[in-house]
Amino acid sequence: MLTDILFFFFAGIAIFCGIMVVTRRNPVASALWLIGTFFALAAIYTLIGAFFIGVIQILVYAGAIMVLFLFVIMLLNLGNDYQPDLRSRAWMITAGGSGLVLLAILGRVFAADTTAPLGRLTGPEAVATQVAEYGAVGAIARPMYTDYMIVLQVTGLLLLVAVVGAVMLAKRRV
Amino acid sequence: MLTYYLGLSAILFSIGVAGVIVRRNAIIMFMCIELMLNAVNLSFIALSPYAGIEGQVFVFFVIAVAAAEAAVGLAIIIALFRHVESVDVRNFSLLRW
Repeated sequence: MLTDILFFFFAGIAIFCGIMVVTRRNPVASALWLIGTFFALAAIYTLIGAFFIGVIQILVYAGAIMVLFLFVIMLLNLGNDYQPDLRSRAWMITAGGSGLVLLAILGRVFAADTTAPLGRLTGPEAVATQVAEYGAVGAIARPMYTDYMIVLQVTGLLLLVAVVGAVMLAKRRV
Repeated sequence: MLTYYLGLSAILFSIGVAGVIVRRNAIIMFMCIELMLNAVNLSFIALSPYAGIEGQVFVFFVIAVAAAEAAVGLAIIIALFRHVESVDVRNFSLLRW
């Protein structure tokens, strides 16, 4: 199964890059490793069959959001002084412990019955036929512009508010 | 296969949580939050073949909200940096106690 092999390959990349994000001292290095995670996740989305979301992940996350992060890091000139910013050992044990506990809980929930709380199940074929009929973009666009029209408009409003808020916050004198 | 997708999602979310707890740099904490958002997105995408195409629609909205959150959050970090000349969260103690 080529798909499974590719999934495990990209899953390994995603986990490795995620760990590097947390452990690198330099914020620029962290941001670049995070872009690696995003690319691996985009590949996994494509493997699952969500082609449009895979492309959006690269365009919006790796292309726009991470560039914004890098801009801010370089604007604040943070890359020069490598002060140790990891917390003390007690905090690290707390972090590792809480991460493991969370992982155990999530794994227990997921392994118990992965499809129980979903209600009606359409099966993989339904989505595949939708994608085949309307295309990768159309299959997402149809519910978005019919059933979720209000949500879409509210999202647009949210983006407007975010733009105004960001300009207000980052301005020197209001 | 679904179990593996959800397992990867759980692992990435846990890495993000551990990062938020262990790091002091506000920007890296913020990146770890983005990592957690991505882990949840992976859950949505992995379940969408079983629960309908709406999972992918929600991921689209999550990405839009993440973009808005990144813009506002980074603006807040810039404003804080102007006050205390640092992004270390130890220096942001105005609202602590």
